[in-house]
Amino acid sequence: MTRVRQTWQVTMRGVRVLVRQPAYLGITLTQPIIWLLLFGALFKAIATIPGFRGGSYIDFLTPGIVVMLAISSAGWTGMGFIEDINGGVMDRMLTSPVWRGALNAGTVLYAVLTIVIQSALIALLALALGADYKGGVGGVLILIVLAGLLGAAFASLSNGLAVLTRQRETLIGAVSAVVLPLTFLSSALMQQSLVPAWIRAVAKFNPVNWAAQAGRSAAMEHIDWGLVGSRLGLLAALALVCGVLATRAFDAYQRSL
Amino acid sequence: MATAIEASALVKTYPPDVRALDGLSLSVQTGTIFALLGPNGAGKSTTVRILTTLSRADGGSARVAGIDVLEDPVGVRQAIGVVGQKHGSDPEATGRENLALQCEFHGISGREARARVGEALASFGLEHAAERRVKTYSGGMQRRLDVAMGLLHRPQVLFLDEPTTGLDPEARAEMWREIERLADEEEMTILLTTHYLEEADRLASQLAIVDGGRVVVEGAPAELKSETWPSLEAVYLHHTGRLHEHADTEGAVHAI
Repeated sequence: MTRVRQTWQVTMRGVRVLVRQPAYLGITLTQPIIWLLLFGALFKAIATIPGFRGGSYIDFLTPGIVVMLAISSAGWTGMGFIEDINGGVMDRMLTSPVWRGALNAGTVLYAVLTIVIQSALIALLALALGADYKGGVGGVLILIVLAGLLGAAFASLSNGLAVLTRQRETLIGAVSAVVLPLTFLSSALMQQSLVPAWIRAVAKFNPVNWAAQAGRSAAMEHIDWGLVGSRLGLLAALALVCGVLATRAFDAYQRSL
Repeated sequence: MATAIEASALVKTYPPDVRALDGLSLSVQTGTIFALLGPNGAGKSTTVRILTTLSRADGGSARVAGIDVLEDPVGVRQAIGVVGQKHGSDPEATGRENLALQCEFHGISGREARARVGEALASFGLEHAAERRVKTYSGGMQRRLDVAMGLLHRPQVLFLDEPTTGLDPEARAEMWREIERLADEEEMTILLTTHYLEEADRLASQLAIVDGGRVVVEGAPAELKSETWPSLEAVYLHHTGRLHEHADTEGAVHAI
Protein backbone atom coordinates (compact mmCIF):
# COMPACT_ATOMS: atom_id res chain seq x y z
CA MET A 1 0.00 0.00 0.00
CA THR A 2 2.84 2.36 0.88
CA ARG A 3 4.40 1.46 -2.47
CA VAL A 4 1.25 2.40 -4.36
CA ARG A 5 0.98 5.67 -2.41
CA GLN A 6 4.60 6.55 -3.06
CA THR A 7 4.24 5.77 -6.77
CA TRP A 8 1.20 8.02 -7.01
CA GLN A 9 2.93 10.85 -5.12
CA VAL A 10 5.85 10.71 -7.56
CA THR A 11 3.35 10.82 -10.43
CA MET A 12 1.64 13.85 -8.87
CA ARG A 13 4.97 15.66 -8.75
CA GLY A 14 4.97 15.59 -12.56
CA VAL A 15 1.25 16.30 -12.86
CA ARG A 16 1.57 19.48 -10.75
CA VAL A 17 4.28 20.81 -13.08
CA LEU A 18 2.09 20.00 -16.08
CA VAL A 19 -0.95 21.72 -14.55
CA ARG A 20 1.15 24.84 -13.88
CA GLN A 21 2.57 24.83 -17.40
CA PRO A 22 -0.01 23.21 -19.68
CA ALA A 23 1.67 24.92 -22.64
CA TYR A 24 4.30 22.17 -22.40
CA LEU A 25 1.72 19.67 -23.59
CA GLY A 26 1.09 21.83 -26.64
CA ILE A 27 4.80 22.11 -27.42
CA THR A 28 5.28 18.34 -27.33
CA LEU A 29 2.20 17.94 -29.55
CA THR A 30 3.51 20.12 -32.38
CA GLN A 31 5.70 17.30 -33.70
CA PRO A 32 2.98 14.63 -34.04
CA ILE A 33 0.62 17.23 -35.47
CA ILE A 34 3.18 18.10 -38.13
CA TRP A 35 3.75 14.40 -38.87
CA LEU A 36 0.06 13.79 -39.22
CA LEU A 37 -0.46 16.78 -41.52
CA LEU A 38 2.72 16.37 -43.58
CA PHE A 39 2.83 12.59 -43.89
CA GLY A 40 -0.90 12.60 -44.48
CA ALA A 41 -0.52 14.99 -47.38
CA LEU A 42 2.80 13.67 -48.71
CA PHE A 43 1.82 10.03 -48.88
CA LYS A 44 -1.87 10.46 -49.73
CA ALA A 45 -1.37 8.61 -53.02
CA ILE A 46 -0.28 5.46 -51.17
CA ALA A 47 -3.93 4.55 -50.79
CA THR A 48 -4.13 4.18 -54.61
CA ILE A 49 -1.19 1.73 -54.86
CA PRO A 50 -2.40 -1.66 -56.04
CA GLY A 51 -2.43 -4.01 -53.07
CA PHE A 52 -3.14 -1.30 -50.48
CA ARG A 53 -6.08 -2.49 -48.49
CA GLY A 54 -8.51 -0.41 -46.55
CA GLY A 55 -9.67 3.16 -46.98
CA SER A 56 -7.81 6.43 -47.04
CA TYR A 57 -4.20 6.95 -45.99
CA ILE A 58 -5.27 9.06 -42.98
CA ASP A 59 -7.11 5.98 -41.68
CA PHE A 60 -3.94 3.97 -42.06
CA LEU A 61 -1.61 6.68 -40.75
CA THR A 62 -3.42 7.77 -37.56
CA PRO A 63 -2.56 4.69 -35.43
CA GLY A 64 1.00 4.94 -36.73
CA ILE A 65 1.34 8.56 -35.63
CA VAL A 66 -0.15 7.72 -32.23
CA VAL A 67 2.43 5.00 -31.53
CA MET A 68 5.21 7.19 -32.92
CA LEU A 69 4.25 9.98 -30.56
CA ALA A 70 4.14 7.48 -27.69
CA ILE A 71 7.79 6.46 -28.11
CA SER A 72 9.10 9.92 -28.83
CA SER A 73 7.22 11.45 -25.90
CA ALA A 74 8.23 8.62 -23.54
CA GLY A 75 11.85 8.92 -24.66
CA TRP A 76 12.25 12.23 -22.80
CA THR A 77 11.08 10.85 -19.46
CA GLY A 78 14.64 10.32 -18.21
CA MET A 79 15.38 14.05 -18.47
CA GLY A 80 13.63 14.52 -15.14
CA PHE A 81 16.04 12.14 -13.41
CA ILE A 82 19.06 13.86 -14.98
CA GLU A 83 17.83 17.14 -13.49
CA ASP A 84 17.19 15.38 -10.18
CA ILE A 85 20.75 14.02 -10.18
CA ASN A 86 22.27 17.40 -11.03
CA GLY A 87 20.15 19.23 -8.47
CA GLY A 88 20.78 16.85 -5.56
CA VAL A 89 17.15 15.66 -5.52
CA MET A 90 18.14 12.13 -6.54
CA ASP A 91 20.62 11.67 -3.71
CA ARG A 92 18.06 12.97 -1.22
CA MET A 93 15.46 10.50 -2.51
CA LEU A 94 17.92 7.60 -2.45
CA THR A 95 18.95 8.27 1.16
CA SER A 96 15.28 8.04 2.16
CA PRO A 97 13.56 4.67 2.61
CA VAL A 98 11.32 5.27 -0.42
CA TRP A 99 10.66 2.17 -2.52
CA ARG A 100 12.98 2.45 -5.57
CA GLY A 101 10.28 1.03 -7.81
CA ALA A 102 8.08 4.03 -6.99
CA LEU A 103 10.66 6.46 -8.35
CA ASN A 104 10.57 4.71 -11.73
CA ALA A 105 6.92 3.67 -11.79
CA GLY A 106 5.75 7.13 -10.69
CA THR A 107 7.54 8.93 -13.50
CA VAL A 108 6.48 6.23 -16.00
CA LEU A 109 2.86 6.62 -14.97
CA TYR A 110 3.16 10.37 -15.46
CA ALA A 111 4.62 9.76 -18.94
CA VAL A 112 1.71 7.44 -19.73
CA LEU A 113 -0.81 10.05 -18.59
CA THR A 114 0.67 12.64 -20.94
CA ILE A 115 0.72 10.08 -23.79
CA VAL A 116 -2.96 9.31 -23.18
CA ILE A 117 -3.84 13.01 -23.41
CA GLN A 118 -1.66 13.53 -26.48
CA SER A 119 -3.03 10.41 -28.22
CA ALA A 120 -6.61 11.49 -27.60
CA LEU A 121 -5.90 14.94 -29.05
CA ILE A 122 -4.22 13.45 -32.13
CA ALA A 123 -7.13 11.05 -32.59
CA LEU A 124 -9.50 14.05 -32.51
CA LEU A 125 -7.38 15.96 -35.01
CA ALA A 126 -7.37 12.93 -37.33
CA LEU A 127 -11.14 12.76 -37.00
CA ALA A 128 -11.32 16.36 -38.17
CA LEU A 129 -9.06 15.40 -41.09
CA GLY A 130 -11.54 12.71 -42.11
CA ALA A 131 -10.33 9.57 -40.33
CA ASP A 132 -13.00 6.91 -40.18
CA TYR A 133 -12.89 5.02 -36.88
CA LYS A 134 -14.64 1.78 -37.77
CA GLY A 135 -13.82 0.42 -34.31
CA GLY A 136 -15.70 3.28 -32.67
CA VAL A 137 -14.77 4.89 -29.36
CA GLY A 138 -13.87 1.50 -27.88
CA GLY A 139 -11.42 0.87 -30.69
CA VAL A 140 -9.76 4.24 -30.17
CA LEU A 141 -9.50 3.52 -26.44
CA ILE A 142 -7.72 0.23 -27.19
CA LEU A 143 -5.33 2.12 -29.48
CA ILE A 144 -4.61 4.56 -26.65
CA VAL A 145 -4.02 1.72 -24.16
CA LEU A 146 -1.58 0.10 -26.61
CA ALA A 147 0.23 3.43 -27.03
CA GLY A 148 0.32 3.83 -23.23
CA LEU A 149 1.89 0.39 -22.69
CA LEU A 150 4.43 0.99 -25.44
CA GLY A 151 5.18 4.39 -23.92
CA ALA A 152 5.56 2.85 -20.45
CA ALA A 153 8.26 0.50 -21.76
CA PHE A 154 10.15 3.31 -23.46
CA ALA A 155 9.77 5.64 -20.48
CA SER A 156 11.42 3.00 -18.26
CA LEU A 157 14.24 2.55 -20.78
CA SER A 158 14.70 6.31 -20.88
CA ASN A 159 14.83 6.47 -17.07
CA GLY A 160 17.33 3.63 -16.89
CA LEU A 161 19.58 5.19 -19.51
CA ALA A 162 19.37 8.57 -17.77
CA VAL A 163 20.32 7.17 -14.38
CA LEU A 164 23.21 5.15 -15.83
CA THR A 165 24.71 7.84 -18.07
CA ARG A 166 23.50 11.05 -16.31
CA GLN A 167 23.93 12.94 -19.59
CA ARG A 168 21.32 14.89 -21.51
CA GLU A 169 23.31 14.45 -24.73
CA THR A 170 23.16 10.65 -24.45
CA LEU A 171 19.42 10.73 -23.99
CA ILE A 172 18.89 13.14 -26.89
CA GLY A 173 21.11 10.92 -29.05
CA ALA A 174 19.28 7.77 -28.03
CA VAL A 175 15.83 9.24 -28.72
CA SER A 176 16.83 10.47 -32.17
CA ALA A 177 18.62 7.20 -32.96
CA VAL A 178 15.64 5.08 -31.96
CA VAL A 179 12.37 6.83 -32.85
CA LEU A 180 12.62 7.06 -36.64
CA PRO A 181 14.25 3.65 -37.33
CA LEU A 182 11.74 1.83 -35.13
CA THR A 183 8.91 3.71 -36.84
CA PHE A 184 10.19 2.91 -40.33
CA LEU A 185 10.81 -0.73 -39.38
CA SER A 186 7.12 -1.11 -38.57
CA SER A 187 3.75 -0.75 -40.19
CA ALA A 188 3.31 2.71 -38.69
CA LEU A 189 3.58 4.52 -42.03
CA MET A 190 3.34 1.75 -44.62
CA GLN A 191 1.35 -1.42 -45.07
CA GLN A 192 3.50 -4.50 -44.39
CA SER A 193 2.61 -6.30 -47.65
CA LEU A 194 4.15 -3.38 -49.56
CA VAL A 195 7.53 -3.26 -47.80
CA PRO A 196 10.68 -5.38 -48.44
CA ALA A 197 10.65 -8.84 -46.88
CA TRP A 198 13.54 -8.06 -44.51
CA ILE A 199 11.66 -5.11 -42.99
CA ARG A 200 8.64 -7.37 -42.54
CA ALA A 201 10.87 -9.89 -40.77
CA VAL A 202 12.37 -7.29 -38.44
CA ALA A 203 8.99 -5.72 -37.76
CA LYS A 204 7.71 -8.93 -36.20
CA PHE A 205 10.03 -8.27 -33.24
CA ASN A 206 9.49 -4.52 -33.13
CA PRO A 207 7.23 -3.41 -30.24
CA VAL A 208 6.31 -0.29 -32.23
CA ASN A 209 4.88 -2.59 -34.88
CA TRP A 210 2.98 -4.63 -32.30
CA ALA A 211 1.25 -1.47 -31.11
CA ALA A 212 0.69 -0.05 -34.61
CA GLN A 213 -0.84 -3.23 -36.04
CA ALA A 214 -3.03 -4.00 -33.06
CA GLY A 215 -4.05 -0.33 -32.71
CA ARG A 216 -5.01 -0.16 -36.37
CA SER A 217 -6.99 -3.36 -36.11
CA ALA A 218 -8.88 -2.07 -33.07
CA ALA A 219 -9.57 1.50 -34.16
CA MET A 220 -9.75 1.38 -37.94
CA GLU A 221 -10.72 -2.10 -39.04
CA HIS A 222 -12.87 -4.99 -38.05
CA ILE A 223 -11.13 -5.85 -34.79
CA ASP A 224 -8.96 -8.99 -34.73
CA TRP A 225 -9.16 -9.97 -31.06
CA GLY A 226 -6.41 -12.55 -31.36
CA LEU A 227 -3.97 -9.96 -32.67
CA VAL A 228 -5.06 -7.22 -30.25
CA GLY A 229 -5.07 -9.50 -27.21
CA SER A 230 -1.66 -11.00 -27.91
CA ARG A 231 -0.08 -7.61 -28.60
CA LEU A 232 -1.59 -6.13 -25.44
CA GLY A 233 -0.04 -9.03 -23.52
CA LEU A 234 3.36 -8.67 -25.20
CA LEU A 235 3.46 -4.93 -24.59
CA ALA A 236 2.39 -5.30 -20.95
CA ALA A 237 5.14 -7.90 -20.40
CA LEU A 238 7.68 -5.64 -22.10
CA ALA A 239 6.63 -2.67 -19.94
CA LEU A 240 7.06 -4.80 -16.82
CA VAL A 241 10.52 -6.08 -17.83
CA CYS A 242 11.69 -2.56 -18.70
CA GLY A 243 10.31 -1.31 -15.37
CA VAL A 244 12.31 -3.90 -13.43
CA LEU A 245 15.47 -3.08 -15.40
CA ALA A 246 15.05 0.67 -14.84
CA THR A 247 14.55 0.14 -11.10
CA ARG A 248 17.79 -1.86 -11.00
CA ALA A 249 19.60 1.07 -12.61
CA PHE A 250 19.41 2.89 -9.25
CA ASP A 251 21.66 0.22 -7.74
CA ALA A 252 24.15 0.67 -10.56
CA TYR A 253 24.02 4.44 -10.01
CA GLN A 254 24.71 4.03 -6.30
CA ARG A 255 27.57 1.61 -6.98
CA SER A 256 29.19 4.27 -9.13
CA LEU A 257 29.07 6.92 -6.38
CA MET B 1 27.65 7.10 26.47
CA ALA B 2 26.30 5.19 23.46
CA THR B 3 27.85 5.41 20.02
CA ALA B 4 25.59 6.75 17.26
CA ILE B 5 28.05 6.43 14.39
CA GLU B 6 30.87 3.92 14.21
CA ALA B 7 33.03 3.63 11.10
CA SER B 8 36.04 1.41 11.01
CA ALA B 9 38.77 1.15 8.38
CA LEU B 10 36.57 2.38 5.51
CA VAL B 11 38.18 2.00 2.11
CA LYS B 12 36.75 3.38 -1.12
CA THR B 13 38.47 3.41 -4.47
CA TYR B 14 37.28 4.91 -7.72
CA PRO B 15 38.47 3.71 -11.10
CA PRO B 16 41.15 3.81 -12.35
CA ASP B 17 43.01 3.98 -9.04
CA VAL B 18 41.84 6.90 -6.93
CA ARG B 19 41.83 5.90 -3.28
CA ALA B 20 39.21 8.25 -1.84
CA LEU B 21 39.13 6.56 1.56
CA ASP B 22 42.17 4.76 2.89
CA GLY B 23 41.20 3.16 6.17
CA LEU B 24 39.08 5.93 7.66
CA SER B 25 37.72 5.30 11.15
CA LEU B 26 35.61 7.49 13.35
CA SER B 27 33.23 7.25 16.24
CA VAL B 28 30.50 9.70 17.21
CA GLN B 29 28.80 9.68 20.60
CA THR B 30 25.02 9.91 20.77
CA GLY B 31 23.69 13.42 21.18
CA THR B 32 26.86 15.22 20.13
CA ILE B 33 27.93 17.29 17.15
CA PHE B 34 30.87 15.90 15.24
CA ALA B 35 32.63 17.87 12.50
CA LEU B 36 34.65 16.48 9.59
CA LEU B 37 37.19 18.97 8.31
CA GLY B 38 39.63 18.68 5.48
CA PRO B 39 40.68 19.98 2.08
CA ASN B 40 38.66 19.28 -1.06
CA GLY B 41 39.01 15.66 -2.11
CA ALA B 42 40.09 14.57 1.37
CA GLY B 43 37.23 12.09 1.62
CA LYS B 44 34.64 14.00 3.67
CA SER B 45 31.79 13.66 1.21
CA THR B 46 32.69 10.06 0.39
CA THR B 47 32.46 9.27 4.09
CA VAL B 48 29.02 10.89 4.31
CA ARG B 49 27.85 9.03 1.19
CA ILE B 50 28.87 5.70 2.71
CA LEU B 51 27.36 6.42 6.13
CA THR B 52 24.08 7.55 4.54
CA THR B 53 23.87 4.33 2.41
CA LEU B 54 24.16 6.26 -0.84
CA SER B 55 27.43 4.57 -1.67
CA ARG B 56 29.10 1.34 -0.55
CA ALA B 57 32.57 1.03 0.88
CA ASP B 58 34.98 -1.42 -0.75
CA GLY B 59 36.34 -2.32 2.67
CA GLY B 60 35.70 -1.73 6.34
CA SER B 61 32.39 -1.51 8.13
CA ALA B 62 30.04 1.11 9.49
CA ARG B 63 27.09 1.24 11.84
CA VAL B 64 24.71 4.17 12.13
CA ALA B 65 22.16 4.31 14.95
CA GLY B 66 23.29 0.78 15.78
CA ILE B 67 22.43 -0.54 12.30
CA ASP B 68 24.96 -1.92 9.82
CA VAL B 69 24.90 0.18 6.63
CA LEU B 70 25.49 -2.83 4.37
CA GLU B 71 23.25 -5.36 6.11
CA ASP B 72 20.21 -3.12 6.54
CA PRO B 73 20.46 0.05 4.44
CA VAL B 74 16.69 0.63 4.61
CA GLY B 75 16.85 0.52 8.42
CA VAL B 76 19.61 3.12 8.36
CA ARG B 77 17.61 5.32 5.96
CA GLN B 78 14.68 5.29 8.39
CA ALA B 79 16.93 6.39 11.24
CA ILE B 80 18.85 9.19 9.53
CA GLY B 81 18.21 12.62 8.10
CA VAL B 82 20.43 13.81 5.27
CA VAL B 83 21.08 17.33 4.08
CA GLY B 84 23.35 17.09 1.06
CA GLN B 85 25.83 19.55 -0.31
CA LYS B 86 23.49 20.36 -3.18
CA HIS B 87 19.93 21.49 -2.63
CA GLY B 88 17.78 18.41 -2.36
CA SER B 89 14.50 20.18 -3.00
CA ASP B 90 12.55 20.19 -6.24
CA PRO B 91 12.75 23.76 -7.62
CA GLU B 92 9.49 23.37 -9.58
CA ALA B 93 7.47 22.37 -6.50
CA THR B 94 6.43 24.60 -3.60
CA GLY B 95 7.98 24.34 -0.16
CA ARG B 96 4.88 22.62 1.17
CA GLU B 97 4.81 20.12 -1.71
CA ASN B 98 8.49 19.29 -1.19
CA LEU B 99 7.92 18.62 2.49
CA ALA B 100 4.77 16.58 1.86
CA LEU B 101 6.54 14.37 -0.70
CA GLN B 102 9.43 13.79 1.69
CA CYS B 103 6.89 12.67 4.33
CA GLU B 104 5.48 10.15 1.87
CA PHE B 105 8.98 8.83 1.18
CA HIS B 106 9.20 8.06 4.89
CA GLY B 107 5.79 6.42 4.93
CA ILE B 108 4.13 9.34 6.70
CA SER B 109 0.87 10.43 5.08
CA GLY B 110 -2.53 11.97 5.66
CA ARG B 111 -3.24 14.08 8.73
CA GLU B 112 0.06 13.20 10.39
CA ALA B 113 1.97 14.36 7.31
CA ARG B 114 0.01 17.63 7.11
CA ALA B 115 0.68 18.33 10.77
CA ARG B 116 4.42 17.69 10.43
CA VAL B 117 4.67 19.81 7.28
CA GLY B 118 2.89 22.65 9.08
CA GLU B 119 5.23 22.40 12.08
CA ALA B 120 8.30 22.29 9.84
CA LEU B 121 7.21 25.37 7.90
CA ALA B 122 6.59 27.24 11.15
CA SER B 123 9.77 26.28 12.93
CA PHE B 124 11.96 27.14 9.93
CA GLY B 125 10.22 30.43 9.23
CA LEU B 126 8.92 29.35 5.83
CA GLU B 127 5.17 29.71 6.40
CA HIS B 128 4.91 32.86 4.28
CA ALA B 129 6.65 31.08 1.40
CA ALA B 130 4.92 27.70 1.76
CA GLU B 131 2.93 28.01 -1.47
CA ARG B 132 5.76 29.51 -3.51
CA ARG B 133 7.92 27.43 -5.81
CA VAL B 134 11.34 26.74 -4.36
CA LYS B 135 13.12 28.25 -7.36
CA THR B 136 11.95 31.65 -6.08
CA TYR B 137 13.54 31.09 -2.65
CA SER B 138 16.72 32.81 -1.48
CA GLY B 139 19.77 30.67 -0.74
CA GLY B 140 19.13 30.85 2.99
CA MET B 141 15.47 29.87 2.61
CA GLN B 142 16.39 26.91 0.40
CA ARG B 143 18.92 25.76 2.96
CA ARG B 144 16.35 26.00 5.77
CA LEU B 145 13.93 23.97 3.64
CA ASP B 146 16.67 21.36 3.05
CA VAL B 147 17.19 21.00 6.79
CA ALA B 148 13.44 20.93 7.43
CA MET B 149 13.11 18.10 4.89
CA GLY B 150 15.87 16.18 6.62
CA LEU B 151 14.09 16.41 9.98
CA LEU B 152 10.46 15.57 9.10
CA HIS B 153 10.67 11.95 10.21
CA ARG B 154 12.49 12.89 13.45
CA PRO B 155 15.75 11.09 12.72
CA GLN B 156 18.14 9.94 15.43
CA VAL B 157 21.19 10.95 13.42
CA LEU B 158 21.45 13.96 11.12
CA PHE B 159 24.08 14.34 8.39
CA LEU B 160 24.84 17.84 7.19
CA ASP B 161 27.21 18.04 4.23
CA GLU B 162 28.57 21.60 4.18
CA PRO B 163 25.37 23.09 5.56
CA THR B 164 26.44 26.73 5.39
CA THR B 165 28.48 26.85 2.18
CA GLY B 166 27.26 29.73 0.06
CA LEU B 167 25.20 31.34 2.82
CA ASP B 168 25.62 34.97 3.81
CA PRO B 169 26.89 35.61 7.37
CA GLU B 170 23.41 36.26 8.73
CA ALA B 171 21.95 33.05 7.31
CA ARG B 172 25.03 31.17 8.50
CA ALA B 173 24.60 32.42 12.08
CA GLU B 174 20.94 31.43 11.96
CA MET B 175 21.84 27.92 10.73
CA TRP B 176 24.38 27.59 13.53
CA ARG B 177 21.75 28.43 16.14
CA GLU B 178 19.42 25.87 14.61
CA ILE B 179 22.09 23.13 14.62
CA GLU B 180 22.92 23.87 18.26
CA ARG B 181 19.25 23.77 19.18
CA LEU B 182 18.81 20.35 17.53
CA ALA B 183 21.71 18.90 19.48
CA ASP B 184 20.75 20.52 22.80
CA GLU B 185 16.96 20.26 22.82
CA GLU B 186 16.30 17.31 20.54
CA GLU B 187 19.38 15.40 21.66
CA MET B 188 20.11 14.57 18.08
CA THR B 189 23.46 13.23 16.92
CA ILE B 190 24.82 15.44 14.15
CA LEU B 191 27.70 14.76 11.80
CA LEU B 192 28.61 17.76 9.71
CA THR B 193 31.30 18.37 7.13
CA THR B 194 32.52 21.88 6.73
CA HIS B 195 35.06 24.11 5.05
CA TYR B 196 34.86 26.62 7.86
CA LEU B 197 37.15 26.07 10.81
CA GLU B 198 35.22 28.57 12.90
CA GLU B 199 32.07 26.53 12.25
CA ALA B 200 33.67 23.35 13.57
CA ASP B 201 35.21 25.27 16.46
CA ARG B 202 31.92 26.75 17.51
CA LEU B 203 29.54 23.81 16.96
CA ALA B 204 31.42 20.57 17.35
CA SER B 205 32.26 18.85 20.60
CA GLN B 206 34.53 16.54 18.62
CA LEU B 207 36.16 17.03 15.26
CA ALA B 208 38.31 15.04 12.89
CA ILE B 209 40.62 16.45 10.25
CA VAL B 210 40.60 14.21 7.19
CA ASP B 211 43.35 14.17 4.59
CA GLY B 212 44.21 11.62 1.93
CA GLY B 213 41.24 9.47 2.86
CA ARG B 214 42.09 8.99 6.52
CA VAL B 215 41.67 10.83 9.78
CA VAL B 216 44.91 12.64 10.55
CA VAL B 217 43.85 14.07 13.90
CA GLU B 218 40.78 13.79 16.07
CA GLY B 219 39.65 15.35 19.31
CA ALA B 220 37.75 18.14 20.99
CA PRO B 221 38.58 21.55 19.48
CA ALA B 222 39.99 22.75 22.81
CA GLU B 223 42.21 19.68 23.18
CA LEU B 224 43.68 20.05 19.70
CA LYS B 225 44.79 23.60 20.32
CA SER B 226 48.00 23.87 22.26
CA GLU B 227 50.72 26.37 22.98
CA THR B 228 52.48 25.34 19.79
CA TRP B 229 49.35 25.48 17.65
CA PRO B 230 47.02 27.87 19.42
CA SER B 231 44.34 28.06 16.76
CA LEU B 232 42.47 25.52 14.64
CA GLU B 233 44.06 27.15 11.58
CA ALA B 234 47.45 26.26 12.94
CA VAL B 235 46.36 22.73 13.86
CA TYR B 236 44.95 22.30 10.37
CA LEU B 237 48.11 23.57 8.71
CA HIS B 238 50.27 21.34 10.86
CA HIS B 239 48.31 18.18 10.07
CA THR B 240 47.47 18.68 6.42
CA GLY B 241 50.50 20.70 5.36
CA ARG B 242 48.09 23.12 3.77
CA LEU B 243 46.59 26.43 4.65
CA HIS B 244 42.89 26.17 5.12
CA GLU B 245 41.17 27.63 2.07
CA HIS B 246 38.96 29.84 4.19
CA ALA B 247 41.55 30.48 6.84
CA ASP B 248 42.67 33.85 7.93
CA THR B 249 46.07 33.32 6.34
CA GLU B 250 47.85 36.00 8.29
CA GLY B 251 46.51 34.65 11.57
CA ALA B 252 47.61 31.12 10.78
CA VAL B 253 51.09 32.13 9.74
CA HIS B 254 51.39 34.45 12.68
CA ALA B 255 50.34 31.65 15.01
CA ILE B 256 53.22 29.52 13.79
